[in-house]
Amino acid sequence: MRIPVKAVGVAVALLLSAPALAGWEPTKPVEIVVAAGAGGASDQMARMMQAAIQKNSLMKQPIVVSLKGGASGAEALMYMKSSEGDPNKVLIAYSLIYMLPLSAKIPFNWRELTPVSVVALDQFVLWDNSAGPKTVKEFVAAAKAASAPFKMGGTGSKREDHVLTVFLEQKTGAKFSYLPYKSGGEAATQLVGNHTESNVNNPSENLEVWRAGQVRPLCVFDKERISYTTKVTDTQSWADIPTCKEEGVDVQYLMLRAMFLPGKVTAEQQAFYVELFQKVTQTAEYKDYMEKQALKPIFLTGKDMVQFLEEDDAVNKSLMTEAGFVAK
Amino acid sequence: MEAFGLLVHGFAVLLTWKTLVLMMVGLVLGIFVGVLPGLGGPNGVAILLPLTFTMDPTSAIVMLSCIYWGALFGGAITSILFNIPGEAWSVATTFDGYPMAQQGRAAEALTAAFTSSFVGSLVAVLLITFLAPMISSFALKFGPPEFFAVYLLTFCSFVGLGREAKHKTVISMSLGLLLAGVGMDTVSGQLRMTFGTAELLRGINFLVAVIGLFGISEILLTMEERLALRGHAASISLRVVLSVWKDLPKYWVTLLRSSFIGCWLGITPGGAIAASFMGYNLAKRFANDPESFGKGRIEGVFAPETAAHASGTAALLPMLALGIPGSGTAAILLGGLMVWGLNPGPLLFVEHKDFVWGLIASMYLGNVVGLMLVLTTVPIFASILRVPFAAVAPMIVVSCAIGAYAIQNAMFDIWLMLGFGVVGYVFKKIGIPLAPFTLALVLGNRAEDAFRLSMIGSGGDLKVFWSNGLVGSITTLAIVLLFWPLIDGLLSRAGSTQGAKPASP
Repeated sequence: MRIPVKAVGVAVALLLSAPALAGWEPTKPVEIVVAAGAGGASDQMARMMQAAIQKNSLMKQPIVVSLKGGASGAEALMYMKSSEGDPNKVLIAYSLIYMLPLSAKIPFNWRELTPVSVVALDQFVLWDNSAGPKTVKEFVAAAKAASAPFKMGGTGSKREDHVLTVFLEQKTGAKFSYLPYKSGGEAATQLVGNHTESNVNNPSENLEVWRAGQVRPLCVFDKERISYTTKVTDTQSWADIPTCKEEGVDVQYLMLRAMFLPGKVTAEQQAFYVELFQKVTQTAEYKDYMEKQALKPIFLTGKDMVQFLEEDDAVNKSLMTEAGFVAK
Repeated sequence: MEAFGLLVHGFAVLLTWKTLVLMMVGLVLGIFVGVLPGLGGPNGVAILLPLTFTMDPTSAIVMLSCIYWGALFGGAITSILFNIPGEAWSVATTFDGYPMAQQGRAAEALTAAFTSSFVGSLVAVLLITFLAPMISSFALKFGPPEFFAVYLLTFCSFVGLGREAKHKTVISMSLGLLLAGVGMDTVSGQLRMTFGTAELLRGINFLVAVIGLFGISEILLTMEERLALRGHAASISLRVVLSVWKDLPKYWVTLLRSSFIGCWLGITPGGAIAASFMGYNLAKRFANDPESFGKGRIEGVFAPETAAHASGTAALLPMLALGIPGSGTAAILLGGLMVWGLNPGPLLFVEHKDFVWGLIASMYLGNVVGLMLVLTTVPIFASILRVPFAAVAPMIVVSCAIGAYAIQNAMFDIWLMLGFGVVGYVFKKIGIPLAPFTLALVLGNRAEDAFRLSMIGSGGDLKVFWSNGLVGSITTLAIVLLFWPLIDGLLSRAGSTQGAKPASP
């Protein structure tokens, strides 16, 4: 009875795979919804995906990037929530999907959207002005000794940058004045102009000013160093930046970059995008982007993704609670 | 003159048939996009951005920046003909441009607008060419206190130099500041005045408000008064262009002053709007007969247009040199640069000389070609006013609605626009000026953030606004301008003995 079982198995497999081959395809231009301003890390990544999809002809319909960074990104979340059943919109999400509903009481829950895939993990680095302290130890000492407020720039209030600042304070005993700017780019130039003493930008947000020798990376908030060893500046690569733990400050945080569809789309529509973004992660554009901007490549979908999201949600929730950022 | 050699190289990169054709296509598309209110430069560039992915970066940026120039030129058309500013910085152009059109001098006003745009951009491009490295370090001097001082200066110059009753200006500005607070507050991360609705999360979009306040309210007023556009007797010929140009040297002070203001504010991000208002106010202040402004004076078109375009162009400099976009359109161009693998930042000028100088050369060429193109079409645009109002009005309302919708793809914004139309109508009836309201709506949030960040950074010490020469002089200037009518009165009283006519406060 072995052969029939196998045959049935093959038939079932064929049936299952058939929709994925000849199945649903977008009939309208597809929108990548960015929950941040122009030029930020999300926007850059969305533009990379747009270019990767169009240059490699991964989809027949054109793809457009729509910036919905209003209300610190809440605009994009509400836009996705109200687009229920529309398979032509994909959100490029990051930790705000957990944090914003907690801090600002936005009526949003990521479980109402359709998860597609996690496409990368983003790092956070502690930076200071190149004229400032050279090591984490000196930096912490300077912060403690400062008589005027010691300024830390970041994006938004009660979000990842702010959370990291609070944990830095707890672990080092130093005191920072946190300045919430509208974007990571602004936080970068304000550091270069010496209007703040430090920031905790993503690698991509500070890359250019680092290359120009205007800022210095002190440590990376991860349990291991970044793996890329190609020289970024004349003397340093991403891998040369020590972890904060090595430097005696045990703070770790990685941020997801994930794709979501609105709620109530069909399984076929979901399958189309899972395949699309899987193809994107195999393009040269994606690989190049990961290395240049020092992201961790990863591809999670289906059950793995949901499990990842649930765990990540719990971690973020406890961090937010501990930092005292959950609105009552 | 290293810059000069590099510029010549830039022209060499640019002068190919392919690039020139792309330039023309970009300009024509831009003018069309600019004529639709609300669908101005940023949207036009955003829609057309993907078209350029297959081009090489230089051709692509040339085409996109020409769309940008075209949209800038086009934005003036609706401001003058219909009192509907296509872009935020065209608001001040309506003050005198629209009355001119009503007096049958539409062609003259359009020529003045296009010519001064050209002059403003030209001065800014010259500045970019020769001062790029110096200026980018100037922009880095701007922290929160400096930004706040600039916004304060804009607000104060409005109250101090405006012709309208001071209390009405203040009322209008306060209402604008109040509405600017709607939505998410960046500094605290909390929602304000949204009353639990998702639609108000985004805050009140400035362009939606402007389209309603100016465009819709104008239609309402025209309907009430008489059903006709009052510019039908426009004399339309190319001779008008020449006669405006002949008078141009008379206004060199205004042009120069506005160019200077524009360049200065353009380099500080977000300054284009402030620049156009400030250019207008200063022209009025230094005129012999300030009362004639707002009633169709050609200088009232020259001043804001020159300033707006000088700053619109100068805004590209911080975008290229620092990666901070100075305007909405610059932000989208920034996105484009990154798609082509060019990272704006201090190293762009060193690592991608071909691109940077090609772009700068295209600013010169695009401006000259654009000016030719719009001037030859002035008669066509001015003749729109000959079409009966009954036919034009519905088209204006529809294009306003499309514009308002397109900004954020939100149906709610159309209702908001209509609401602002009624508000604008009432304001005009009871004599409350609209300009301070719009100014406060667009700059209110940024001014508030800048102030609060300054306070966090200084530990609540107000002395931070006099902590260095730059911020100190801007703040002081702001306060002087606020009390200018008093100071002016005291000065003229001290300067002249009895018999002199008392200065009106």
